[in-house]
Amino acid sequence: MATDRAPAVSPPGIPRWLQPLLPPLTALLIAAVVGDLLILTFGQSPREVFRLLIEGTWGNAYGLGQVLYKATTLICTGLAVALGIRAGMFNIGAEGQLALGGFAAAAIGLLLPAGTPALVAIPVCVAAACAGGSAGAAVPGVLKARFGASEVIVTIMMNFIIAALLNWAVATQLNVAESLHTPEIHAGAVPRLAAVSALFSGSAANFTILFALGAAVFTGWWLFRTRAGYELRAAGLQPDAAEYGGIRVGSVWLRTMLLSGALAGLGGVNYVLGYKQYYEEGFAAGAGYLGIAVALVGRNHPAGVVISALLFATLSQGALAVNALVPKQMVDVLTAIVIIAVATAVPEVERLLRAVRGKTA
Amino acid sequence: MTLAIRATGIRKVFGDVVANRNASLEVRTGEIHAVVGENGAGKSTLMRMIAGMYAPDAGTLEVGGRTVTGWSTREAIAAGVGMVHQHFMLVPTLTVAENLVLGQEPVRGVQFDRAGAEEAVRALGERTGLRVDPSRLVSDLSVGELQRVEILKVLFRGARILVLDEPTAVLSPPEVQDLWRVLRTLVADGGTVVVITHKLDEVVEISQSITVMRAGETVGHMQTAEATPSSIARMMVGREVKLALEETGEGRQEMVDGGWQMADARGGSATAHSALRLTQLTVASARRADEVAGVSIELRPGEIFGIAGVEGNGQTELIEAIAGLRPVSSGSIHLGSHDITRWSVRQRADAGLSHIPEDRHRRGLVLDYSIADDLILGVQHGFTRGIVLDKERIISNAGERIAQFDVRPGAPDAPARSLSGGNQQKVVIARELRGREFSVLLAVQPTRGVDVGAIEFIHQQLRAARDAGKAVLLVSADLVEVLALSDRVAVMYGGKLVVTLPADKASAEVLGPWMTGAGGTSGH
Repeated sequence: MATDRAPAVSPPGIPRWLQPLLPPLTALLIAAVVGDLLILTFGQSPREVFRLLIEGTWGNAYGLGQVLYKATTLICTGLAVALGIRAGMFNIGAEGQLALGGFAAAAIGLLLPAGTPALVAIPVCVAAACAGGSAGAAVPGVLKARFGASEVIVTIMMNFIIAALLNWAVATQLNVAESLHTPEIHAGAVPRLAAVSALFSGSAANFTILFALGAAVFTGWWLFRTRAGYELRAAGLQPDAAEYGGIRVGSVWLRTMLLSGALAGLGGVNYVLGYKQYYEEGFAAGAGYLGIAVALVGRNHPAGVVISALLFATLSQGALAVNALVPKQMVDVLTAIVIIAVATAVPEVERLLRAVRGKTA
Repeated sequence: MTLAIRATGIRKVFGDVVANRNASLEVRTGEIHAVVGENGAGKSTLMRMIAGMYAPDAGTLEVGGRTVTGWSTREAIAAGVGMVHQHFMLVPTLTVAENLVLGQEPVRGVQFDRAGAEEAVRALGERTGLRVDPSRLVSDLSVGELQRVEILKVLFRGARILVLDEPTAVLSPPEVQDLWRVLRTLVADGGTVVVITHKLDEVVEISQSITVMRAGETVGHMQTAEATPSSIARMMVGREVKLALEETGEGRQEMVDGGWQMADARGGSATAHSALRLTQLTVASARRADEVAGVSIELRPGEIFGIAGVEGNGQTELIEAIAGLRPVSSGSIHLGSHDITRWSVRQRADAGLSHIPEDRHRRGLVLDYSIADDLILGVQHGFTRGIVLDKERIISNAGERIAQFDVRPGAPDAPARSLSGGNQQKVVIARELRGREFSVLLAVQPTRGVDVGAIEFIHQQLRAARDAGKAVLLVSADLVEVLALSDRVAVMYGGKLVVTLPADKASAEVLGPWMTGAGGTSGH
């Protein structure tokens, strides 16, 4: 046509497959450099600290198991946030939805008679967790679809409301004396990974990670293979075009919010059915919010979410390992740097890549 | 003879796209110079470099004999070069005077000198003939007035060389004449004017010399006195083109059967009487309750009904209401024998309503979707196996449409965003004309921002649809287009169809006054 398109040349020396990975990798490199400088200010050797961090996480059975355990919850909340963003919504309520999902799983596990076969009990409890998360997301979903209320504000508010309601329920309805948790469930416990392999001995890692990975596969399939996903992404990219294409954007938003809540709620299974077998106040603290960072770093792609959940879980577990050398809050700072680096470096690097491609044309 | 602007060997690349290569331009001081070319030929890019918005990758730029390659907008303004953009850049909540002095507000002590600003603006308006009340809010102005303010803004900053990017796109014929008068005054006063346009009759009417661009390159330069619209068009496209003005309605073309067949062709039976019937349709907008104020139209199968008029007179709301994108306040819409007044967008589309929307970037395409995915927008429910999309059929559908409509580049997985305006429009038209069964087509600004070659093709397609017995409701701000295509022509003004005429009784002279609300007593 009128303007020429230059042949799609790769920037010299950079293989094609590497190009989409380049922006996040650059961001991580920046974070690592800044982290080094921080460690130096504590008078420690960055090499030593990073060695400890890796050894304390991927270097031993317990550490590895803990990373997988923590990643499981983050995969779920990361997927919840990513799915919302794909539809053009910012679900900040994963925190509350996760808590509600965990509570629902615990409550149903408590209601089931002891001795209910796992094949029945686990699916029922998992379904309860998803339904719980969905219920938490239903309020912002309906308000947005029906009245155009900002989901950002409503989901943040819902986090407080859900936390207060659950505190009330645990304090007055399902309380174990002298504790902040519900009684142990009668059925529905998800087995630990340690039960089948010594590779994870002593850790909280459990088979919920398979549900989480299954959820990631499902989310990818839903987004990119189904008609519903086509309509969801259209609504997210260009609501006006979606409306023109006969898509009811409001109902897409509502359905996506419910699904997003279900994904966040699924994360509750990890702690409640897989680890403690009860709901405890504050078990979700931070995991929902961290899901936003997981989705951001994972570029809202299910595969990216899984990888970035593993990264954040490694940092979180590694904080404990390096505590002897630097305060563990150091790692929180490092996490924040990763987020800032991704948010700023990724668009910059993408711009550069495009510019380089233009030059070689 | 002094040159106001001289550009040689200009090259500019954006990412993968070569916007300018070996572009050149010579504008004499004191002339009106037209820069013409197909959409995407690189006209705006070249002008923006002259105005200091981008730096060229190669080449040199001289203004008034001084080399200024790669200067900044600030330097350009200081040197008296001002650009009036296609899209208005005004603050709607401020007055005309406030907009004009923005950034260099006159002060009295620490206070903004409102009276001084208004006086300065009024004086400038008197001198140039660009009269706008400086104390009015910009949000209250009409499109023509907005443009006057934009030009005033540039002149207020001392511009002696004025660059206008597609200035007439949104003006009615009398407003265009006003604009020409102003530009001639400026030139008579020693100023220099460069006008980007792709309306060839305007070029011939207003300019003294012409630069033609194609594919980022300057391909010709001529004196207007020696040019005709068809000689310019030939140079723009690089081959012989039929212009809308010269065409007649003959040349019946068989509709190629193909694409997705509707399972439920309810639209088929609807051709007995009227294809589309609007009865006293009233539609509200955010601004007013009667943006469309009681419009009635009966559209027959096999006719093109054209609605002319200056934009913002309710056309957008009328079409959106018919398509189901905007609620109807009162009145009814019948598609064939069905009352579709309360139907959803999808129900209407499935019943045989096709729609080429006004704004392909906002409505017609998901720009980040692939061409293949955009070719099923609105018919995606026909491309499924269970709940999963049928990739194979989506790709083969894309292959067919791309071949039929010669979309370039034709890779089905290329994002729609990467296409030129004309090719994007071809994707929309391919989908709406061949991608579905329909009995009524809403075609809004079908050739806006589309190059001359594609305009010819799109007009052919609309005529072919008409000849195949479809009813076409055409809305265009381009009066020439409406007159060239339509069997009946109406003018929409203030939310009403103020006049409806058969094509042979309609002409720019007859319709022009109606478009400004100064219509005579004839018609209707």
